[in-house]
Amino acid sequence: MASQTSAVALPHAGQHRHSARYQTLHGATEAMKYTVLLLFSAFFILPWVWMVSTSLKNPQELVVWPPIWIPNPIRWDNYVQAIGQAEFSRFVVNTLKIAIPSVIGAVLANSLVAYGFSRIRWPGRDAVFALVLATMILPGFVTFIPLYVIFHRLGWVNTYAPLVIPVYFASPFFVFLLRQFFMGLPIELSDAAKVDGASELAIFWQIILPLAKPALAVVALFQFIHSWNDYFGPLIYLNDKALYTVSLGIANMRTTYGFMNFAWIMAATVMSVVPIIVLFFFAQRTFIEGIALTGLKG
Amino acid sequence: MTLYHKFRNVTHQDRQALITGLLFISPWIIGFLAFRVVPFFMSLYYSFTFYPILQSPKWIGLANFRNLLTDGRFVSALYNTAYYAIFAVPLGAFFGILLAILLNMKVKGLSVWRTIFYLPSITPVVATSLVWLWMFNPRGGIINYILSLVGIRGPGWLGSPEWAKPALVLMSLWGVGTAVVIYLAALQDVPRELVEAAQLDGANAGQQIWYVTLPMISPVILFNVITGLIGAFQYFTEVHVMTGGTGSPADSTLMMSIYLWESAFQFFKMGYAAAQAWIMFVIVVVFTVILFRVSGRVVYYGGR
Repeated sequence: MASQTSAVALPHAGQHRHSARYQTLHGATEAMKYTVLLLFSAFFILPWVWMVSTSLKNPQELVVWPPIWIPNPIRWDNYVQAIGQAEFSRFVVNTLKIAIPSVIGAVLANSLVAYGFSRIRWPGRDAVFALVLATMILPGFVTFIPLYVIFHRLGWVNTYAPLVIPVYFASPFFVFLLRQFFMGLPIELSDAAKVDGASELAIFWQIILPLAKPALAVVALFQFIHSWNDYFGPLIYLNDKALYTVSLGIANMRTTYGFMNFAWIMAATVMSVVPIIVLFFFAQRTFIEGIALTGLKG
Repeated sequence: MTLYHKFRNVTHQDRQALITGLLFISPWIIGFLAFRVVPFFMSLYYSFTFYPILQSPKWIGLANFRNLLTDGRFVSALYNTAYYAIFAVPLGAFFGILLAILLNMKVKGLSVWRTIFYLPSITPVVATSLVWLWMFNPRGGIINYILSLVGIRGPGWLGSPEWAKPALVLMSLWGVGTAVVIYLAALQDVPRELVEAAQLDGANAGQQIWYVTLPMISPVILFNVITGLIGAFQYFTEVHVMTGGTGSPADSTLMMSIYLWESAFQFFKMGYAAAQAWIMFVIVVVFTVILFRVSGRVVYYGGR
């Protein structure tokens, strides 16, 4: 039906495109379009340039007017100092100790739960799923004080447990995303396996999960980025500097070392961003598709 | 019919499916109870108590709420949060839609533009905050330098009580990329025939956008505005990093979340903090409901 309409409409639009007036107008909008895009891009690119430029400056060059774009000499030493003096490498190891088990937990728990909400038909399922979605708008600030009290009593404060364990109990956002994907897989896959006597768990593990790799990659990526970027969780639960993550460690550098050392704080900042950028370029399509999937069907 | 009878009436197969289904979703059920329901009611209870974390909570009725109403810092935190939300959420929606519409106009190098706009939104917020902190620096910062090129003497930004919040709003626009990607995906789903039909009827580009494109993506806009609003009320990391957790200068960037964190983790007034959390929660719920009500007349769900 829809394609029929377009088949009728297209020739008209095509004729319209050849008129002289259309050509001039078209040229003007084209130029406008790219001008506006370039202006916005400048705003989006500027902080990156400033970040890298600052990370390579001498302390004296930090507050010069007019500002210096390309430092002379270029001080790579800032990076060496950030790694050594600020123990950036330990921050990285600490963050990975949180991020890796979190990624495993997120993939396992959310796919199990999403399977239960999509591939098995049980009475009351959709009502319960509506409840899952409703909890998405519950602001985390309402629950974090009691959670802190609970984890405090369990003796989990100053360990990574409060940052990792909750991930193993699924999150509405990821359940929603995976359920969306699982529902798109043909039901005949399960039916055929059931005829052969496979259990739901076997179908989940041997048939659905291998097919769901692209969606699982989205979950793994987003969880990794969340763990890597998280500030509030580590801030509350980690007191011991030896346990600090990248985000918490860098923020702490600013209060500890102050403005005169901002160049090597920026060097650490650049290093904290690099893994995320590398991930993005390796998995660009996964990112864009994942984002679109979560935003659209809401 | 009681629940028991309902349960008895379902077939054996259904009951089997129910048990399997519940087993599969059991991680969520446990997490929901342990990390959502229980803390939710605990925080409600705490909000009526005096609770320095090392002693047990003592019931004090509405005292926390009464004190909050006369607490000047809490009132500034409310004002600052409202200010931030009122500017950052609509501006974020506006620029998000604008950029998405531009990218949807058959541009060359779409993935390059998209990357430029999207990358900042997955960058660690701590990194973003530190870079912008240095960009806003009145001495040697790049923003005032650029302003000086066009003859404007830039303000003190984060050092000035009047300009600190506008600085935060400006910075928030750098993270608009997620919204751009979502809007762009929504725009690509708008049927071409609709836009072409409007063209044939003589609608100009502005009219096409206002009468066809925007109504078609309005559910996505609503979704983004609501999540944006919830995010704005919990706006924390940027301010905490840039002001060292103080909300300076002169409390001009003291957000509700910052004051809440300070009450709980600097002064260990857990009851007082829980009361703040509940006020925040009620405000978010009220605004979400209002948005849904108002949008009911505007949002087009395409017969769904």
